Order: sequence, then structure tokens, then C-alpha cells
Amino acid sequence: MNPIGIVFRRELASYFATPVAYVFIVIFLLLAGWFTFYLGGFFERGQADLVPFFSFHPWLYLFLIPAVAMRLWAEERKSGSIELLLTLPITMLQAVLGKFLAAWAFVGIALALTFPLWITVNYLGDPDNGAILAGYLGSLLMAGAFVAIGSCISAATRNQVVAFILTVVVCLVLLLAGLPMVLNVLGVVLPQFLVDAIASLSFLTHFQAIGKGVIDLRDLLYFGLMIGFWLYANAVVIDLKKAD
Amino acid sequence: MIETRELCKQYGRITAVDGISFRVEAGQVLGFLGPNGAGKSTTMKMIAGFVAPTSGGAKVCGFDVEAQPLEAKRELGYLPEGAPSYGEMTVAAFLGFIADVRGLAGERRHQRIDDAVGRLNLGGVMGQSIETLSKGFRRRVGLAQAILHDPKVLILDEPTDGLDPNQKHEVRGLINAMAKDKTIVVSTHILEEVHAVCNRAIIIARGKVLADDTPDKLEARSRYHQAVSMTVANVAAAREALARLPDVDSVEVDPQDQRITAFPRKGRSIFGAVGDLLKAQGIAVSELQLERGRLDEVFRSVTQGAAKEGARA
Repeated sequence: MNPIGIVFRRELASYFATPVAYVFIVIFLLLAGWFTFYLGGFFERGQADLVPFFSFHPWLYLFLIPAVAMRLWAEERKSGSIELLLTLPITMLQAVLGKFLAAWAFVGIALALTFPLWITVNYLGDPDNGAILAGYLGSLLMAGAFVAIGSCISAATRNQVVAFILTVVVCLVLLLAGLPMVLNVLGVVLPQFLVDAIASLSFLTHFQAIGKGVIDLRDLLYFGLMIGFWLYANAVVIDLKKAD
Repeated sequence: MIETRELCKQYGRITAVDGISFRVEAGQVLGFLGPNGAGKSTTMKMIAGFVAPTSGGAKVCGFDVEAQPLEAKRELGYLPEGAPSYGEMTVAAFLGFIADVRGLAGERRHQRIDDAVGRLNLGGVMGQSIETLSKGFRRRVGLAQAILHDPKVLILDEPTDGLDPNQKHEVRGLINAMAKDKTIVVSTHILEEVHAVCNRAIIIARGKVLADDTPDKLEARSRYHQAVSMTVANVAAAREALARLPDVDSVEVDPQDQRITAFPRKGRSIFGAVGDLLKAQGIAVSELQLERGRLDEVFRSVTQGAAKEGARA
């Protein structure tokens, strides 16, 4: 088996070896439901779509994904097992990718478990299932970017709480950069092209674009590059700090 | 085979390892001795490819650790300091993971895991998660992990730390059993271990090699080498008589148990003369011993001598 696959399997299994996985999945599903039905007004809107469900995902991920990603490397450094992992015959890239993919797949599992909502909306009406699929894809890609950021920051510290807080802050900045409220304020002091540049760096902009059901190559590329950049930084950080 | 040449590691302004060169061949068990903070672990981490040297290099079985890391790591079994592992995994799952990474498959995978589990007596705890195990068991899991792929080169950082005397004895037996065709480097600060498992010892302090010899020759450097110790009834008379022997350099009495030690002049043997003297003088001896030399004394004089020099410079 490929070393990435071996690391992936071990890492994914380790989520389920502790209560973390179950707590995360239950909280994720409860919050997703609560946001959709109460804050999103799923029934009141009277529309057969999952817009109220997806529109809260960025805020749900903001707190839940850092909690999933914080242990990826901080735990290895704290327990010293990083020395074991990196003296096994695998490359740094394989280790980083295997761990990242495991955390991403874990979030993916939680996301997939929201399928009853999809069944519900199909039972109640006649939704655009293509748009829903696009929404899931956008959500998964955004989750990947969150996980990559969390993984990189987790490598910079051996303290999981520090990793969690820093990841939340970085992700928050990347989310806020796309809010109309923030962009309007920035528009007063900055020239328009800079405001556009900031907006185009935000998760929200690209997530919402995909969520409309239009899968644009640029949005896919954005998340791809975002994940690639943070994972590359992740490998660099480990190389610099692994022995501290 | 392990080879290091002018291995150096600096952390900021602190030099942890300062130009260490040595070569260990198959069949050798090299004991790595030194006070805490001497650079033992850092040297081992560099050979294992975990820490990159500031300058110099290391080769494992001919593969440069930095240029061909995967090839070098494949030949190497490594027990890091403190025997870290994944606490939430069961012993079986952990060894399975290592076997997968090491590319063991099918019958051979089965056979290698069984062998390592048997050698380290882990059979009874295979289903237990590692974090629930005692310190001794965790160390043995780390050792099992290191020998799993039957590597040509083994680097073990304090393999017997935290084990009880019986377990220490077993691990030493394990190392001796593997010593014949492998290259093994063991770090320790338990000096009796050097005699039990090593056929070569390197003493390092402040990142430098201070001595590199067989344990016997290191002991011969001790001033206790060829000295004669005894317990007698009449301490004062015996002391006086011994001091008059021509080949005796000095006589000391242990203030705690009144045991007398006579030190020979350099290169002389005094055991026969001391025996004759005691008989001639009619001194009752309850115990008489020829000293081989004391490794702990050599260790202290070598490492503290270096510390003094360092302080002067």
C-alpha cells in the first residue's frame, strides 16, 4: 500500500479511537440542524432547497474544524511520536498529505451524515439536486481549506489549545474578508481593485459562488491552491520546528 | 554499518554536537556514554535522519542520511528517546502500522510481527491500548517496533530506561542475540550495561568524543585497575604493612566499611605480593579481591576533566 494510504488509515482510525470523533459528529449534526431550521427558517421560507443549510457552514466550520485539525501535528510533537513518524521510510510530503486527507475525510464523513436533510427536502418538494450537489462540493472544498490551515498551524506548536485559537483567528480573517459589511468599510479607505483582491481571497466569495450551482474552474482552483499553499507551509514549518 | 564524519549540530549559539566522527561495523555493539546533555541523543537523531546536521554527515549502510534518506531509513531500526508511540492505538494495531510502513506483507509480515512480539513478550498485551501500559511495556513496544523489519542497523536510545532488573536482563539478552550480524548503537548512562552488551564504548561530553575503546581497555584506565581490595580484622597493622611493599603506590581505607585498597605503581602487579605479605604477617583476611578497574571512575575522570578544561577555556 502507498505510504500516504497507510498514514491516512492510521490517522483516521485514531479519530475514532477516542470520543473526539463521536462528540464532533453529534455536535456538527445538531448545530447544522439547528442553524438550518431555526436561524435559517427552513420551513418558513417555503422553498425546497438547502440554502439555509449551506449558508451557515462557514461559521460552523470556523469553530469545529480547528478542533479537528489542532491535534494533527501538535499531538505528535507533544508525545514525541513525530520522531518515530519522520524516521520511518516515508517522505515529509507523504506524512503531511496522509494526515491532512484523514482529517479532511473525517469532516467529509460528518458532512455526508447530513443526508437526511437532503432526503427531507426531496420528500417535501422538488429541489434542484444539481445545486444541492454543488453546495456539498463547495462545502467540502471549503472544509479542506480550513483543515489545511489548521494542520499547518498545528505543526507550529505543541500546544493544542494554541493551535485551536490561532486557527480560528486565521480562518475568521479569511471569512470576514468576504463579508459585504467588511468590504464596504474597506471600500471607504482602499481603492476598488484592492477591495476586489481582498474579496477574491475570501472563502465566502468562492463558497457562495459554488453554492449557486455554478462550478467555475476558478473557484475550484482557488480552493486547490489554498490547500496546496497551506500544506506546503505545513511541511516547511515541520522541517523548521520538529526538533524543538 | 554506520559512519559519521565531523558531525556538528548547533542550536542557536549552543553547540550540542561538535565534530563527532566514528565508524561502526556489523557485529559491533557500540555503547554511547556521556552525562546528560552531552549530545548522545542529538547524535542519534542525526544518524536516524530526524535532525539535520549543521555540518558534517552520516551514512547508514553506505546511504547518506541527507541525500538518500529513504534508503538509509529502510536499513535502520530506531528507538527514539523515551520510546514514543501512538497512545490511543492497541499494540497489535501499532505494530501492524509499522509493518505496513516498512512494506512487510503476507506471510513475512505475520512472521516478523510474531518474532518481535515473542522476543519482547508482548503476547499478553496485544489488544491493549499503548497508553494503558506500564512504562516497561511501552519501552518494549518501542523496541519491537525498531526490530520489526529485521534491520541491519539498530539505534537504541536508552533501551533499558524504566525497566525493572528482570526486564533489563531480557533486553540485554535480546541485544546480545542480535549482535552477531547487526550494527548496533546503544546509548545509556547505566555503566554496568556497557559490560553486559557492548564490545566497544564511546564516551562523549560537551559534544566531543573523549574516549573510544573496548570496555576492558577503558577499565584499564582506572586507577583501580590491578588494585587489590580486602577486608581484614586489624586495619591499622595491615595498612602499615601494605604501605611498605615496594610495588604499592598508596593505600586507602574506605571510611564507611573499613575496606582497604592497595594501589600498585604503574604497570606493576601486586596481587601475589599482597597475598604473601598477609600470610607472612599472620593478618586474618575475610575477603580479598583483585580489582578490574572501575568504569564509573573512568567515566567521571574523563567527563569531568573535560568540564574543567571547558571552564578554563
